[in-house]
Amino acid sequence: MATPRSTLQIRTSEDIVRVRQEVRARAIEAGLGLVDQTKIVTAASELARNTLEYGRGGEARLEMLQDHGRRGLRIVFEDRGPGIPDIDQALRDGFTTGKGMGLGLGGARRLCNEFNIVSAPGEGTRITIARWK
Amino acid sequence: MDSPPASRLPSILDAHADDILSEWIARLRSGGADDRISEVERERQASGFLQRMIEAIRASGVADIEGPAFEPLREMLSDISRSRAMQGFSPTESALFVFSLKQPLFHRLGLAWGKDAEGLARDVWAVTLLIDALGLRMMEAWQKTREEVIIRQQQEIAELSTPVVKLWQGILALPLIGTLDSSRTQVVMENLLESIVQHEADIAIIDITGVPTVDTLVAQHLLKTVAAARLMGADCIISGIRPQIAQTMVHLGVELNVISKANLSDAFALALRRIGRAVVRTKSPVPVMGTAHGE
Ligand SMILES: Nc1ncnc2c1ncn2[C@@H]1O[C@H](COP(=O)(O)OP(=O)(O)OP(=O)(O)O)[C@@H](O)[C@H]1O
Ligand SMILES: [Mg+2]
Repeated sequence: MATPRSTLQIRTSEDIVRVRQEVRARAIEAGLGLVDQTKIVTAASELARNTLEYGRGGEARLEMLQDHGRRGLRIVFEDRGPGIPDIDQALRDGFTTGKGMGLGLGGARRLCNEFNIVSAPGEGTRITIARWK
Repeated sequence: MDSPPASRLPSILDAHADDILSEWIARLRSGGADDRISEVERERQASGFLQRMIEAIRASGVADIEGPAFEPLREMLSDISRSRAMQGFSPTESALFVFSLKQPLFHRLGLAWGKDAEGLARDVWAVTLLIDALGLRMMEAWQKTREEVIIRQQQEIAELSTPVVKLWQGILALPLIGTLDSSRTQVVMENLLESIVQHEADIAIIDITGVPTVDTLVAQHLLKTVAAARLMGADCIISGIRPQIAQTMVHLGVELNVISKANLSDAFALALRRIGRAVVRTKSPVPVMGTAHGE
């Protein structure tokens, strides 16, 4: 198998395209079907854009998963931005502090099998998602 | 304390400029003829470069290449580098142009200082710093040019890949292909709105079969385009939402609130109905003629 982990920097909007492409390639490698591929790529696109827009840039770490023959893909998005003061509020559909639709974060959670946020004001944000075959 | 002896570089450059130039050109030539650039052009660049370097050193010494005396040399360096990047030279090949000036200069310094190792070492060091700095600038200029080329190509692709097609009197189609980032979407939207006005279109079909990912940003762009088209008097139909994309959009929670059809052909049929037209079957199929052999 190819390198089980890789790290991508998120500094510009082109980097978001690169994250999507890499996630798509890894999802195919993990054997995810077309619908699951599309789900995790879309979730990754949302989180990468939040990392860039609200987290002042950061990185995405991709990891191939294998658990008792089950395969999957995990991605960690991490930034050292301002953090999210109220996570429940941020997850609520329609809540945005920017010009978005306020659907990205909640949508990403619905699109994945695992979803975890660690964030505190001034401490940055780390969001982990996974999708299993 | 004795002050160190003055650099002999300026006097060498004054006395031996022609020799240095011909040695340099010989070195440049030793790589063989290159069909990307003519001998004459290469020699013209070398002699112009050396001349500007001599003038700059005469005016301000070797240390301050960021200073005003080096301005003409810096400009020439950028020009040369830019043309090499366009001609398809690699950064290494481009920088070698400058680095290959070292040997002729070292050679002359060796002759001038003779056995005075200390003086020679100091001048060699000064020349090394100077040429290295110029070589690095050359690489930077090369890279900048390549980046400009890439950005220009991206813009060209953005425009190329967003043609608005007239399908029928009053019906336009916009087949979108690829990533919809913000700058491209801007172009797409403007093209569509202009075409709506120009063709007095009633209906615009936006086909997203070729869009790999529809996330909240893409959805937002689509909605804005639809709203703007409506203000221009045209209704939009979105076609080509593939099943996996439809499912993902439901999970995301985005609602396009716009008429959509599975594919462009269904969208076209609907558009025709809307403007009071229909496609009917004629009795016998008529062969398509005249296009098979071209003109
Ligand atoms: N990495 C982050 N750092 C700081 N704040 C964040 C981060 N990610 C999200 N947020 C906050 O959470 C809010 C909701 O995010 P969400 O992605 O759901 O919506 P949005 O990005 O505003 O709009 P959309 O994603 O629909 O285009 C954001 O407006 C922002 O205030
Ligand atoms: Mg978002």
